[in-house]
Amino acid sequence: MAATPLLELSGINKGFGPVQVLHDVGLSVYPGEVTALVGDNGAGKSTLVKCISGIYQIDSGTVTFEGNQVAIHTPSDASGLGIEVVYQDLALCDNLDVVQNMFLGREKKRGIVLDEPTMEQMAGDALASLSVRTLKSLRQLVASLSGGQRQTVAIAKAVLWNSKIVILDEPTAALGVAQTAQVLELVRRLADNGLGVVLISHNMNDVFAVSDRIAALYLGRMAAQVKTTDVTHAQVVELITGGRSGNIGLPPEKPAADFGGDVVDITPGGDK
Amino acid sequence: MTTTTTTTAGGVKVVKPTVASYINDYWGRVRGGDLGTLPAILGLIVLSLIFGIARDTFFSGLNFANLFNQGAQVVFIAMGLIFVLLLGEIDLSAGFASGVCGAVVAILLTNHGWEWYTAIPAALVTGIVIGFVLGFLVAKLGIPSFVVTLAAFLAFQGVLLVLLGGGTNISTRNEFFNSLNNNNLSVAWSWILAIVAVLGYAAVQFNQMRSRAKRGLVTDPMGIVLMRIGGLAVLLLVATAVLTQERAINPAINSLKGVPIVVPIIGFFLVLWTFVLGRTSYGRHVYAVGGNTEAARRAGIPVDRIRISVFVIGSFMAAIGGIMAVSRASSVDPNTGGSNILLYSVGAAVIGGTSLFGGKGKVINAVIGGAVIAVIDNGMTLMGFNSGTKFIVTGLILLVAASVDALARRRAAATGNR
Repeated sequence: MAATPLLELSGINKGFGPVQVLHDVGLSVYPGEVTALVGDNGAGKSTLVKCISGIYQIDSGTVTFEGNQVAIHTPSDASGLGIEVVYQDLALCDNLDVVQNMFLGREKKRGIVLDEPTMEQMAGDALASLSVRTLKSLRQLVASLSGGQRQTVAIAKAVLWNSKIVILDEPTAALGVAQTAQVLELVRRLADNGLGVVLISHNMNDVFAVSDRIAALYLGRMAAQVKTTDVTHAQVVELITGGRSGNIGLPPEKPAADFGGDVVDITPGGDK
Repeated sequence: MTTTTTTTAGGVKVVKPTVASYINDYWGRVRGGDLGTLPAILGLIVLSLIFGIARDTFFSGLNFANLFNQGAQVVFIAMGLIFVLLLGEIDLSAGFASGVCGAVVAILLTNHGWEWYTAIPAALVTGIVIGFVLGFLVAKLGIPSFVVTLAAFLAFQGVLLVLLGGGTNISTRNEFFNSLNNNNLSVAWSWILAIVAVLGYAAVQFNQMRSRAKRGLVTDPMGIVLMRIGGLAVLLLVATAVLTQERAINPAINSLKGVPIVVPIIGFFLVLWTFVLGRTSYGRHVYAVGGNTEAARRAGIPVDRIRISVFVIGSFMAAIGGIMAVSRASSVDPNTGGSNILLYSVGAAVIGGTSLFGGKGKVINAVIGGAVIAVIDNGMTLMGFNSGTKFIVTGLILLVAASVDALARRRAAATGNR
């Protein structure tokens, strides 16, 4: 276990007009580990991710990357640091092929001409490094890929750039059993390659299957960040639904809203 | 049919295509709804045969050359519209924008005595400014392009009237300018350009193959590459042979032979924009924004700038279309770029295989679709149909093309091919 976090957030606040979405959120991401970010719908997971990736700008708080304080204003700032996000809705262009999608926005060029052979070769290398063997051709349109294949392409896209941190937003939400297993294996492999992985998920089985740490958001606050081995399934569910569980979590200064005990919402795509 | 498994760099296994499997794949894509220019090419052949059988003059060299001059304006405007349509936007003002730019060039040439080399750039700049304003309103203010360009359609119609002082007709007498869309290249130059085009295409194809093979990537089968080059060579050389024949009714008075000057101009812009769309990151970004705007934004593509730029290209090409229209008529009037020009141009793009839904289309679509439109217009005139019937038929053919697009999309959605 690495001692120093790769990415450390502290005191992050973010609001949209009168609505305060994130309150004083802190998060640490360690290299070689999968940090699961969990929370109920509307807890602020996606907002937090968009702050890290530069789509939203934080109102206040500090972001420390590899020990240096950084400011992330745009998506290219984030990718410049080596932070890649694989979004829930994948952000792939159906009308482009696998290689074109993997290099979108960062095409390799010779002069002003696109260097297609180099790109195709690099894309092939990236997919091979993740032991992907499910694609018929690298020049296949993304429209013709299955959900799992699309997810694979999206993740491989993140790997291509020698990223240090990969954030996955509900990668398994829309997948079947076999494809979920494939993608989780891929997630684990990313971390084993030394990357810091943040996995956003509603699915407790996924979280316990691959994560090393769990960070639970509750109503825009970080309820707790704990090692996966230190907590039980039920405790995590309590953190998600009530913000606290026993002696971990938020202090009980105000009565937690009743969300119906231990119901886990695994609705995919509901969290924006 | 033998298929050998090959390995691309990196170890992702793919099957090396043979000529048969390549054609099979192509047919599979067509069946899966990815029709490309196929319907337009078939339509072009069928229409040509019908008109050719009905009227002998249709296949005469004179008429063949006329098709290029008649179709030039629509083809140029359609080339620009392809960029706009790729983003799923529309530019209804392109027709009158071309009229305004045509008026600018005519006024500068005739009323102000400018030379063609200053008047033409002035018209092109006018086009660029128009496109920038349209694009800015669409991208930055978020007004739907349909509304912006509908307003511009009305306004430019007025601008054209005002520029022409309420409806007078301005003729152009600049010889070079008028030759652009009326005269022909010399026979020698016709052949030189045709041969250069074929050799250039062959060089590009072989170079592409070589650079892919060098890295151990899958290449198109040699047979297919040779077929492509051979096909283009036959097409260009036969066309050149026909066009370099004497086609004047009375050659003693005025000899008419050679490829129309407008053909290499169309060819130049076809190659230029095909290169821009297919081989530069700008072109890639245009497709990306058209395919999935949000994905493009997240990839760090400046979506607004791309959106403005396609309107600039659209109006720039409209300006060229206007210049060609004025050159052809050697005059400009309040209806230059009006009546059916815009709808023909949109029709050309759609008939050629560009999708109105964005993300799918190539510049060649404008040329093939424009050829279909020109053939219908020309053929029906030869057969003595009046304008009313021509509009009805053109409208029906556009409807057929749009239906083919919509049905192909549905089919593509069903087969996951698009």
